[in-house]
Amino acid sequence: MNAMSPDTPMVEIEKLSSVFRTGGRESVVHRDLDLRINAGELVSIVGGSGSGKTVLLRQMLGLERPHRGHVTVMGRPAEHLGEPGAASRVGMLFQHGALFSAFSVLDNIAFPLRELGTLPDELVRDVALVKLQMVGLEPSQAHKMPANLSGGMIKRVALARALVMDPPLLLLDEPTAGLDPDSADALCELLRSLHRELGLTVVMVTHDLDTLFALSTRVAVLADHKVIVSGAPREVMAFDHPFVREFFLGERGRRAAALLPEPPIAV
Amino acid sequence: MDDTTPRLIRQSLPQGRCALLQGRWAAAALAEPRTWASLQRELQGATAGPQAVQCWDLRQLSWLDHTGAQLLWNSWGRRWPMQMEALPAQRAMLERVAAYTVPPPPPAHLTAGQIFLGLGGLVLRLLDHGRGLLRLVGQLLLDTLRLLRHPRQGPWRDFSGHLYHIGATALPITALVGFLIGVVLAYLMSQQLRLFGADPFIVNILGISLIRELGPVLAAILIAGRSGSTITAQIGVMRVTEELDAMRVLGIARGFRLVLPRVMAMALAMPLLSVWTTLAAMLGGMLASDLVMGVTPAYFVSTLPDAVKASNLTLATAKSAVFGVFIALVGCHYGLRVKPNTESLGQGTTASVVTSITVVILVDALFAVVFKDVGI
Repeated sequence: MNAMSPDTPMVEIEKLSSVFRTGGRESVVHRDLDLRINAGELVSIVGGSGSGKTVLLRQMLGLERPHRGHVTVMGRPAEHLGEPGAASRVGMLFQHGALFSAFSVLDNIAFPLRELGTLPDELVRDVALVKLQMVGLEPSQAHKMPANLSGGMIKRVALARALVMDPPLLLLDEPTAGLDPDSADALCELLRSLHRELGLTVVMVTHDLDTLFALSTRVAVLADHKVIVSGAPREVMAFDHPFVREFFLGERGRRAAALLPEPPIAV
Repeated sequence: MDDTTPRLIRQSLPQGRCALLQGRWAAAALAEPRTWASLQRELQGATAGPQAVQCWDLRQLSWLDHTGAQLLWNSWGRRWPMQMEALPAQRAMLERVAAYTVPPPPPAHLTAGQIFLGLGGLVLRLLDHGRGLLRLVGQLLLDTLRLLRHPRQGPWRDFSGHLYHIGATALPITALVGFLIGVVLAYLMSQQLRLFGADPFIVNILGISLIRELGPVLAAILIAGRSGSTITAQIGVMRVTEELDAMRVLGIARGFRLVLPRVMAMALAMPLLSVWTTLAAMLGGMLASDLVMGVTPAYFVSTLPDAVKASNLTLATAKSAVFGVFIALVGCHYGLRVKPNTESLGQGTTASVVTSITVVILVDALFAVVFKDVGI
């Protein structure tokens, strides 16, 4: 398995502007936003509520079209992502899992492969079972329905489904939101090991400082409609901006940063 | 065949026959139908039979993913081959696949005992529905008494809102459907009546069937589909978003605030809508009979009072009010039973519409039997 060479950007966002019109009023979310994510990075996007973090993620997935500017994912325009076989390029973990409620756990994970229509059932089932165990679930849970799963298990199954075709790029929307601390820690550990073992590039949106410090090799801060700073967690914390001060240097931020390994995580 | 097509090349090396893998061994590339067929043949030849290879070389692969690794592992009979040359990352992936390849868990089969228990569960669920409806009706009676004692505390604002949404906004669709049914009925009847030369009797047929039966039932079925489902969905969404629990914690009686205004609005709107639908249907029938049989609207209007007794109208109105109460009750019942997930919401809404339409027709049949001597 050889990934793309490290200097090709996985995601390249240039001069991006996003404007939303609601009831005749225009609200600007992004203005001339630039962001470049290289292969192998684990980038966290943080920002206040309404700063357009999730919108940015959706634009990388091609679910929303930017007003102006370009979003290029793995050398192709993001709008082309919805085509067949998209699961082999980008995996997405939605905030609430977005599991298909009519399918069992195994069928959810196998769905993208089965849709290809050629691979025999046993192979697809074996691949799905491997993925199921890679995210830390037992094979005995394969026939459960999504309605009978706990929050942490839903995230794990959704992660397995996102990874079933081994996309080199994984996007996460609030991966630990709504999980109890134990499951959140376990999910962080899982994400870190998957990032290491599979050589994934990960982009995540998060509010959770523990997750942020535990995982990211780089943090990008969205404020004032653009990326005001991006760098290693410690560099970003040193940046002088009202949002950064409030977000990182508040009570919660200091507590989480105390756990940051010394020296900072190598990029 | 381009560079990325997954393929297997055989080589004869000093240490024996060797399989050289090339291309992208990834799910999307493997699933290409033609590639899959030829690769399947090559793999079979390489793993079994006289031409089986002794060593496997993966190092020239441009990409290997878990699907490709699984394919190799399964082709090898889930054993390591005698000789394998692979990059560390490829070996790690194969080891992961090897470790996690397990026999699939047996699907849950139904045993006779489970079927028996399922049947029992069905009966219990039916009983539970009955109990739920009974409780709802009892609570409704108590709430009505409370309203009569303290009319100023009543949920009048909710009532007027529901009256508007159930009644006023349904006027166009009920009128359209009623009008068309009137036209259709008049056309069909005209053929038969002309056979006997009994053209003027169109007034009797249209009058009795539309006023006594079709008007109220049509309106009720339309409203059951339109507003019954809305009631279930509204209350069901409140369950999903925990609003029902919030109401309970705040000490607000949901029967009094949710069920009562909907039932009252439905009981008032339904008779009015039924009269409105009947009028539209009569208009359609009248125009069609004028066109097809030359029965003038003037004759139609002047004969109608003799053909249809006024008691039919009373019966139809009373029937409609009962329909309305039942549609609202069934809607509320299913709404309150929704479980806090979206799938249950969809099922509840469907069940609510089907049940309320069935109940409307059932009640209509009851009315027809009980009041068979009234107005005919």
